[in-house]
Amino acid sequence: MASISMTVNGKSVTGTVEDRTLLVNFIRENVGLTGTHVGCDTSQCGACVVHVDGIAVKSCTMLAVQADGRSVTTIEGLASGDQLHPVQAAFREHHGLQCGFCTPGMIMAAVDMINRYGANLDEATIRHELEGNICRCTGYHNIVKAIQAAANEMAGLTQAAE
Amino acid sequence: MYQTTYHRPSSLSEATSLLASASEAKLLAGGQTLIPTMKQRLAAPSNLIDLGRLDELKGITVSGGTVTIGAGTTHYAVSTSADVKSAIPALAKLASGIGDPHVRYAGTIGGSVANDDPAADYPSAVLGLGATVVTNKREIAADDFFLGMFTTALEEDEIIVKFVFPVPTKAAYAKFANPASRYAMAGVFVAVTSGGVRVAVTGAGSNGVFRWADAERALAANFSASALDGLTVDSSELLSDIHGDAAYRANLVKVMGKRAVTAAG
Repeated sequence: MASISMTVNGKSVTGTVEDRTLLVNFIRENVGLTGTHVGCDTSQCGACVVHVDGIAVKSCTMLAVQADGRSVTTIEGLASGDQLHPVQAAFREHHGLQCGFCTPGMIMAAVDMINRYGANLDEATIRHELEGNICRCTGYHNIVKAIQAAANEMAGLTQAAE
Repeated sequence: MYQTTYHRPSSLSEATSLLASASEAKLLAGGQTLIPTMKQRLAAPSNLIDLGRLDELKGITVSGGTVTIGAGTTHYAVSTSADVKSAIPALAKLASGIGDPHVRYAGTIGGSVANDDPAADYPSAVLGLGATVVTNKREIAADDFFLGMFTTALEEDEIIVKFVFPVPTKAAYAKFANPASRYAMAGVFVAVTSGGVRVAVTGAGSNGVFRWADAERALAANFSASALDGLTVDSSELLSDIHGDAAYRANLVKVMGKRAVTAAG
């Protein structure tokens, strides 16, 4: 067993876990945040994507002990109170989900993508960058539209702030 | 996943002594292969030694006609490095095509090469460029490093520290990726180096990555895609699986080889 501590969505959490415990299980079962999903459990589908120290990783493919001392952001950590993150709002506005199972991972991947590319995201790049996230419902069109819209809006917000 | 005991050394020397003393130990780099393999219970190390926080294994430096990449450097870091893009663009492009963005943030060059998956991308660059593998004990030439599928010259207590890649005159990598896994069904790395033309093939060989000698000879005489037209790839040493049989892969090797030569220019 290992005693670990990390920051999850800005709050410090501690826990005692088996060394083999996956980060996604720690987040869901110990921290009680079930927005991060386990889809394929084989590193393919991306439903479990969270940010660790600001980069998007598959939390089903990382041990909880590996995240000891790190800062983790999950889908629950994006909104400010009742105000959705621009990517969340764009997924709602553009109907970027159907059953919603892949959505947390899609949104965490999208935020990371926008962090890297800013307003330079075109449709082809978005589709290519989504290769680690699988959706079984929508055929991706509205997900891509939502990410594009959010990237444009976030670039506008950055410009407005400058 | 079976039970395991996790260790996080804070230096390479601590990792080395842990590896020597712990029973049935495995080194954990980015974990993008090892953790899925442990989840499937195909690997069950009693001890797991995490190299992930050893800064001495990370980083990229360019000097004197070589690019040196620490074993713990992620695929993302290699693919976005201005130094790698400028010195060996083929290597940056190869790294950008491994797995998906989330895998590239975590997976490392050392982990990939030490695992020596027959369908991994990096072994073709290490062999194709004639890199030197530097471990905690010695230096190993690429030609002596890969010994077969999932088999390398690494000894039980040996840890890859870095790779030294000679900067080629020109090089390119072309891969036919499995549509689902993104692993190479055939990937060909072509390089013109001071030691001549080198052609390394991954994804296709039943003994892992290999040099395609016929192509090297043909390209040394005439570095153009058409130089490969008359060649036949021997399918008896190639993989057959549900994704494609050996004859299909033999053709893919030739097609990817021609694409790589064209891309190298």
